[in-house]
Amino acid sequence: MTEIKTNGRPRTRQIKRKSNMNLLERLYLPEIIKGLSITFRQIFKPKVTFEYPDVKWQPPASFRGRPVLVVDDETGIERCVACGLCSRVCPALAIEVVADETELDKERYPKKFEINMLRCIYCGLCEEVCPEEAIVMSKEYELVFTSREEAIFGKDKLLTPASKLKDRLEFLRQMR
Amino acid sequence: METLLIVIIKSAIFILLFLTVSAVLTYVERRISAFIQDRLGPNRVGPFGLFQPIADVVKIIFKEEIIPANADRTLHTIAPIISLFVAYSVFAVLPLGEKLVIDGKEIKLAVADVNIGFLYILALSSLGVYGITLSGWSSNNKYSLLGALRASAQMISYELSLGLSLVGVVLVSGSIQIDEIVRSQANVWNIFYQPVGFIIFLVSAFAETNRLPFDLPEAEPELVAGYHTEYSGMKFGAFYLAEYTNIITASLLMTAFYFGGWYFPFVDIYSGMNPNLAGILQVIVFFAKAGVIIFLFMLVRWTLPRFRYDQLMRLGWQVLLPLALLNVLATGLVKMIV
Repeated sequence: MTEIKTNGRPRTRQIKRKSNMNLLERLYLPEIIKGLSITFRQIFKPKVTFEYPDVKWQPPASFRGRPVLVVDDETGIERCVACGLCSRVCPALAIEVVADETELDKERYPKKFEINMLRCIYCGLCEEVCPEEAIVMSKEYELVFTSREEAIFGKDKLLTPASKLKDRLEFLRQMR
Repeated sequence: METLLIVIIKSAIFILLFLTVSAVLTYVERRISAFIQDRLGPNRVGPFGLFQPIADVVKIIFKEEIIPANADRTLHTIAPIISLFVAYSVFAVLPLGEKLVIDGKEIKLAVADVNIGFLYILALSSLGVYGITLSGWSSNNKYSLLGALRASAQMISYELSLGLSLVGVVLVSGSIQIDEIVRSQANVWNIFYQPVGFIIFLVSAFAETNRLPFDLPEAEPELVAGYHTEYSGMKFGAFYLAEYTNIITASLLMTAFYFGGWYFPFVDIYSGMNPNLAGILQVIVFFAKAGVIIFLFMLVRWTLPRFRYDQLMRLGWQVLLPLALLNVLATGLVKMIV
């Protein structure tokens, strides 16, 4: 390798290619046949395709799908106390919470809890900030809606039993 | 002489056969490309996606055809017709087998039994450039024009070495009638007499059919789609079909000239067999051999990168052409001495 110097500083490098190829290599044909055999062997290697609607990808616990509200298995009541922290931290302003009082121990509950899925950016900040571990990111990645109204998910779509979110809840505890 | 009716029936069968084979080839090519890239390829339409070609054809027929506003309408329409016409007329002289005997009449398994079939093929296949050049010229698009210019330069350059490499075959076989050339290989295939000639023919055939190491006329990364950038619908389909038909013809020619056509390797199984059965077997053997070569075409596509234009020209003029001339000289000398 020789360096060409302009004003004492190296500018461009002249790269010497391998010039001592033997006759067989210079004929190209044996090398091409080697290449063809590699291509041929590739045909029989296992494929990486997911045949999507038939076979679905199972995300790991660290996956951030659509955010959902956790419902405790024993009581059947959502954990959320409507503190509004998630709505405050949300960088995309996707969450709207309206609080109300309740007779239960937790004293407050969300009368209305809506996430606009067109605005949500799946950052997971709501989950991080939640003091009650009441909003977590699920594994669901298939979201379909045909109008803007449909994209606003209310409590009916958000409430999910904790048993379905086991993976994520355990993962969160490990990371804390 | 064969009657007109028989000729018409034969040409209809040939055209249908080649149409089906090229449709199936598009599926096979997509499938094999996918396998080479660790994918599955089209497998949704019918079992294993076998009906994919039908879906493709239906789609392409119903697609809108757009002719650019400033294009030359006449030439734009004629160009794909020329391409397809040339592709389909080349195989008119290809003998797929020896003969069938029906009602005591001998029917040759070629549409036209021309005694200068060899020259006919060379003459017609060089006409294919017109379709590509005209399509590039009439589209009024810089990419089309560049692709067309490349195509014409490339095909004219490689036509020479293609023809010269076949001179060796003619010298060895002593005939320019294709079925005579095939018959002369009953015992030893020409590839053993003409290995250099075969390699020259193979490389030139790749260049003539615009297949991947030499697909400069349509080089996607540089030229969008090259000469057929402005084509859509069935006109694009015509170019596509012509390309695949050219591949089939090239492989069939290679089989006929170098791999002993319909003969089984080293064994003569046809003598004393019922001529009809022999004829059908011959067609099958012929196509099987050509199939292996088509598979080679596909493997090469996913192995070798595209040549640069100057590299292509250097290979054609400075390597293949002198080599082809030397091959002719050497074959001639050997023929004279032996």
